[in-house]
Amino acid sequence: MSTPVHATLVQLRVNDREHAIAVEPHRTLLEVLRYQLDLIGSKQGCDKGDCGACTVQIDGVPQLACLTLAVAVAGRQVTTVEGLGQRVGGCHPLQDAFDRHDAAQCGFCTPGILMSAEALLRRVGRPVEGAEVREALAGNLCRCTGYTKIIDAVIDASRVMHGGVAGA
Amino acid sequence: MLRLPRLDVATPTDLDTALALLATPGARLVAGGTDILPNLKHRLGEPPLLVSLAQITRLRDIIEEPQAGVLRIGAGVTLTQTSEHARVRALFPSLAVAAGQVASPLIRNMGTLGGNVNLDTRCRYVNQTDFWRSAIGGCLKSGGTVCHVVPGGRNCVAALSSDCVPVLMSLGASLVMRSPNGTREVPVADYFVADGLRNTVRNDDEITTEIRVPLPTMPRRTAYTKWSVRQSIDFPLLSVALRFDLEHDRVSAALTDVRVVVGVLGARPREVTRLEELRGRAFNDPEVIKAVAERVHAQCKPLENVPYEAPYRREMLPVHVRRAIAALVAAG
Ligand SMILES: Cc1cc2nc3c(=O)[nH]c(=O)nc-3n(C[C@H](O)[C@H](O)[C@H](O)COP(=O)(O)OP(=O)(O)OC[C@H]3O[C@@H](n4cnc5c(N)ncnc54)[C@H](O)[C@@H]3O)c2cc1C
Ligand code: SF4
Repeated sequence: MSTPVHATLVQLRVNDREHAIAVEPHRTLLEVLRYQLDLIGSKQGCDKGDCGACTVQIDGVPQLACLTLAVAVAGRQVTTVEGLGQRVGGCHPLQDAFDRHDAAQCGFCTPGILMSAEALLRRVGRPVEGAEVREALAGNLCRCTGYTKIIDAVIDASRVMHGGVAGA
Repeated sequence: MLRLPRLDVATPTDLDTALALLATPGARLVAGGTDILPNLKHRLGEPPLLVSLAQITRLRDIIEEPQAGVLRIGAGVTLTQTSEHARVRALFPSLAVAAGQVASPLIRNMGTLGGNVNLDTRCRYVNQTDFWRSAIGGCLKSGGTVCHVVPGGRNCVAALSSDCVPVLMSLGASLVMRSPNGTREVPVADYFVADGLRNTVRNDDEITTEIRVPLPTMPRRTAYTKWSVRQSIDFPLLSVALRFDLEHDRVSAALTDVRVVVGVLGARPREVTRLEELRGRAFNDPEVIKAVAERVHAQCKPLENVPYEAPYRREMLPVHVRRAIAALVAAG
């Protein structure tokens, strides 16, 4: 393309940290997170919206970082899997439940699934049912687990967060 | 790894600035980005500038105007908001269903109704990487000279694949189009043309600002039925919007109007004809199911433009229509 395109200085707020960073306008949020901020938790899978491995939260809403232009999220709150434990000062109950239930096998889909699941638990604010979990995770593909252990882990985490006893 | 081509991005906060930026030769609009960004990653176009509508808050309202008799949905309202909005669900259940069946929850959190209406047409020979397409020498829609769906065809028949468009058409909705020269309102029924390369009458300098859906004036039953391989993520392989206007608010009432709009055939949605013959019949008369299914089957001929064989899709069309009507009747 003949048009000269310059990097612009963008103010990004990621996991409660401010970054003033030079971003080329054609870069996706995923590319900036992984290759400029070294936040490699969010995974680059299909890179076109099919798999959900790049799921992050923007202002608390789970979205696909591979289809988000980095310059378009200036000033908004981006949360990646690295910021998940940060909110609760350690390991998030979801991460603990995924560990106990062996809900991660190869682990590639796990960060995206955690971000979709956390948004569900926050939105619902009570222990969740299997059907709700399946619907909330319908944009996150997993090719190893068959989903059962993932769904069990999310339900378990939601119970723990509301005073229940950890299963598995 | 799929990279975007080098391009510039503008993020205006008001519509007038967006319209001025859109005058840049070759500039394109981006709203949620869930259609245009994958397409650009596949090198279906290399615009020098993307004008983002993401920061224009004015496009994100849903306003009910009982005097004017319309619900005005801003083009920037997301599909999640459309499907969850209490008034949309109450007034236009088939629209809430269609918006709630697009892609996945993640994509519905990003994708807008304006983007869904302006979704590019899709084809199994074009929605591929540049590398894949180069193996078949491209096609009319991607730098080639032939069509692989209709060999010898001079006209691209890539499929209208939006879930919401057939429903909006069945509801008699219209689109408000803003340009530097003013505003015009285009019925959804007149917005689409049978050309897969460019299937709308939108001018390059226009932005869809809102979708206007007329409030119902009489009792009715509406449905949207979509078939895709998986129940999430996939585009529709069959899609039908149905609307039955009734004399009274019960399924035994006489039909005053029937509208059926089918998507994923060619580049424009098809309104099924000869349905006025059903006026006066009771909605729950089994003949109605039969007649609608027959007309859909006779008039709609799917092509090999999306996955799954066209003859199979054609045979499945009346099946899904029958099931959808039976469910409406059973729901009372
Ligand atoms: C994996 C995947 C699955 C999908 N499945 C489905 C599906 O099942 N059903 C379906 O309908 N869609 C599907 N989509 C397509 C897309 O997500 C939706 O159609 C969505 O509504 C597009 O909205 P957007 O805001 O993201 O559009 P964008 O990508 O931002 O824009 C789409 C097009 O519309 C133009 N445009 C956007 N806003 C305006 C405006 N206000 N005025 C004029 N032009 C405008 C853009 O220039 C572009 O050409 C899928 C996409 C992906 C990646
Ligand atoms: S319908 Fe034909 S010309 Fe159009 S995209 Fe498909 S193969 Fe290409």
